[in-house]
Amino acid sequence: MSETKKGSKKNVETLEQVTIRFAGDSGDGMQLTGHQFTDTTALVGNDLATLPDFPAEIRAPAGSLAGVSSFQIQFSSREIQTPGDHPDVLVAMNPAALKVHLSDLRSNGTIIVNAANFNKRNLQLSGWDSNPLEDGQTLVDYKLIDVDMTRLVGEALSDMGLPPKIIARSTNMFALGLLYWMYSRPMDTTIKFIETKFKSRPEIVEANKRALQAGFNFGYTTEEISTSYVVLKAKKPAGTYRNIMGNQALAMGLVAAANLNGLRLFFSGYPITPASDILHILSGYKHFRVLTFQAEDEIAAVTSTIGAAYAGALAVTATSGPGMALKSEAMGLAISAELPLVAINVQRGGPSTGMPTKTEQSDLFQAMYGRNGESPIVVLAAATPADCFNTAYEACRIAIEHMIPVILLSDGYLGSGSEPWLLPDIDALPPIKNHKVTDSNGEFYPFDFIDQEAMARGWAVPGTPALEHRIGGLEKDSRTGNVSGDYDNHQQMVDRRAQKVAVVARNIPLATIHGDDSSELLVLGWGSTYGAIRAAVDSARKQGYSVSQLHLRHLNPFPSNLGELLLRFPKIIVPEINSGQLTRIIRAEFLVDANVLSKVSGKPFFPSEIEERIIQILGEK
Amino acid sequence: MSVNTAEIEQPALKRKDFVSDQVIRWCPGCGDYSILAQVQKTFPELGHRKEQIVFISGIGCASRFPYYMNTYGFHTIHGRATTVATGVKLANPDLSVWVVTGDGDGLSIGANHLVHLLRRNLDINILLVNNRIYGLTKGQYSPTSEPGKKTKSTPFGSVDRPLNPPAFALGSAGTFIARSLDVEGKHLQKMLAAAYQHKGTSFLEIYQNCLIFNDNAFVDLSEKPHKLEHQLLLEDGQPMLFGEGHNKGIRMDGHRPVVVDLEQDGFSVDDVVVHDKSDKMLALMLSELTYMPDFPTPLGIIYQEQQDTYEELVHRQIEAAVEQLGKGDLQALLHEGHTWIVD
Repeated sequence: MSETKKGSKKNVETLEQVTIRFAGDSGDGMQLTGHQFTDTTALVGNDLATLPDFPAEIRAPAGSLAGVSSFQIQFSSREIQTPGDHPDVLVAMNPAALKVHLSDLRSNGTIIVNAANFNKRNLQLSGWDSNPLEDGQTLVDYKLIDVDMTRLVGEALSDMGLPPKIIARSTNMFALGLLYWMYSRPMDTTIKFIETKFKSRPEIVEANKRALQAGFNFGYTTEEISTSYVVLKAKKPAGTYRNIMGNQALAMGLVAAANLNGLRLFFSGYPITPASDILHILSGYKHFRVLTFQAEDEIAAVTSTIGAAYAGALAVTATSGPGMALKSEAMGLAISAELPLVAINVQRGGPSTGMPTKTEQSDLFQAMYGRNGESPIVVLAAATPADCFNTAYEACRIAIEHMIPVILLSDGYLGSGSEPWLLPDIDALPPIKNHKVTDSNGEFYPFDFIDQEAMARGWAVPGTPALEHRIGGLEKDSRTGNVSGDYDNHQQMVDRRAQKVAVVARNIPLATIHGDDSSELLVLGWGSTYGAIRAAVDSARKQGYSVSQLHLRHLNPFPSNLGELLLRFPKIIVPEINSGQLTRIIRAEFLVDANVLSKVSGKPFFPSEIEERIIQILGEK
Repeated sequence: MSVNTAEIEQPALKRKDFVSDQVIRWCPGCGDYSILAQVQKTFPELGHRKEQIVFISGIGCASRFPYYMNTYGFHTIHGRATTVATGVKLANPDLSVWVVTGDGDGLSIGANHLVHLLRRNLDINILLVNNRIYGLTKGQYSPTSEPGKKTKSTPFGSVDRPLNPPAFALGSAGTFIARSLDVEGKHLQKMLAAAYQHKGTSFLEIYQNCLIFNDNAFVDLSEKPHKLEHQLLLEDGQPMLFGEGHNKGIRMDGHRPVVVDLEQDGFSVDDVVVHDKSDKMLALMLSELTYMPDFPTPLGIIYQEQQDTYEELVHRQIEAAVEQLGKGDLQALLHEGHTWIVD
């Protein structure tokens, strides 16, 4: 579809979906640029998903491959599930960015570069033998738009007398302006953002606004670009939307759980990528009476959380894999003391320090089994950035209603990725019933169940008269909580702790299948692979393949109908960003022939990778 | 703990009200019995409601303490009593929170947390029971064991240098640093009450005899007649005197302490340094006496200063935020920033 824009000789084409990747030096402001494009795109009404990707170093050497930071967004007029696999457009602010990302670009894709940065030194630093813009070979399969952004921005700012550094720093706004023109987006959100962000420095506001406008004007006038594009509003369920990142949604879910259920939220964390945002965000919610505590280490974070839980707060800690490893002894204490708390693991690449800014799902075994002794625990996983809200609320609900610790698994991809979120009706969230005891009614036994069904003991918090009692990590008598070395009692308590997790299955929704209730192949997933699996399954189904999706939020215990559902499918594959952790649990638990589709590179799955496997298994049509 | 409503309108409690129904399992003759007894004797005097008191411990012999107190109690994991206590106190600042720890639990595996509790200055009382040995694991040297000590894990003698608890606490910005001794019942009771009354983190080191694995570690301090020669009983505003009939004292020679014999060296009481518990330099000097040969060991309040407590500052900030921003509105929070409507 093509038409001519009023007052312009250019064509306007309507597209269903577009994937853009912004890439540049860590200091080039690519994350900011990406977020701005995202905000504007959300307000235009497209569906979208984003994938920020940045190095662990704050500022790796300028111009080096290690220092490249990128931000990918897919936006569409229909519902989409992932940030896209092969970008249609690559914005490369320097040769290193081009080097790192070129191979991901789809053939015939568009490359927009800041030609000013393709100098000898930068080319050398990033390992180009020749200048790819000029060698007539490297980029022949692509549409190249090379713009000397630095010069054009310099001209736009020439009367301001600004140092070259400021001019160079404004080139990202030029690129953003150009893309706004190309994809017919309004600039007012970004202009407002610039005016607020740099309020105290009017010359920076002016420079950025002019650079943005210069980029937009360049698109309008240059003959290098003959077409601009429109991506129409996506048809989505009615309601109010905002764009949300996973860590933000998690924080809000925790606040909602406390706020709607008369509990004080206590949150303790120790700074760790990619979980620190949760601490940052909650620290700003003091007017919700959220108590945040930046502990001296991961162990202090979880043990202060245990203390707060003991004292009656809705107590939460968040970390990433290495931090979770440090917390494991304390998680055992929470299990033994039967205290309600939520420990969030925003997973990252491992082992050891691993790849702090890259995503992975490799801590499932750690969550399930990473403690001494028989120490079962409830495990949940969020599926999308917006789903982090629901999963956080659900984790709090289970912890409080069952007097049990819960591990919530998120990951780097969910934590810093974003999507439009249909804002929930907070009145429709399930009320959370707590088991606080205020009256002994005669004898009080701290480890008696106050709720038999939930196997929850009473939450007798310090300060409550006549309920003084002692708890601890030593094995305890099943009623009094006093230290017990009795063999039969220990067996009983081991069974009890297993049973406490098992009964949670009665208090969670059944698993559901997307697609057909029985088909040739089931794609089983958990956590952040949800979007890629959904896109792959839908695409394969469109092509006539008999394939369905089952995605798990509850990993321990599993929904009670899971075994029955799995048996309906002759073939099961489990895409996981690990070497097959859920796969092994499923095989052990249900004796089904589930097979892993593993990817552990630090990147999320592309839908195409899953779709290829589906087709491979079911045979080409 | 500061004065609050928990201190009024209650029937007088007795020692037995603080005794739990649990059988005590320390070795016969353990110094911990005396410490427990002094705590149970002192608490009725403090007038704090029983249900508002929480004892929190880590791992070690002394860490069994909470089971024997008929208050709220939490026996946690090795080294982490201080952090669990921090969570308890932050969540409910009205509670009187007591940490019972030892030289292994508090100064080895839990030393990091101890530093941070002290510098944050939560109103928590720490009883650091120091017997200079690992008792529960049957006799390995501890961070306060003397150099050369022969134990199961140091058959050829320890080459570790010992840590100095009050100096450690001072270096961690502690606001109340005191020392007492298991067998000095009255003195210990006085120190417990002072620790309770101090608003901020109280660090009370209690020398304790482990008669199985480190017997007589403090015999010079605990038995007459030599205890008079070895105990420097500190009183704020009083000269630092010790010895039979207070015949000796500490005199400052420039910045260096010297022991003077008032009967023989030609010095009078006026030459003896007067204790000022608010003087940090003096506190540093007193801490250093701990391991100095030929000097008595300071007992009593070594240092005390008044600072805001952490939990006060935290809760004040929360209330200020509520005042400034209004009580948090969940609906508004979800809708903040850019939103759009799909019909």
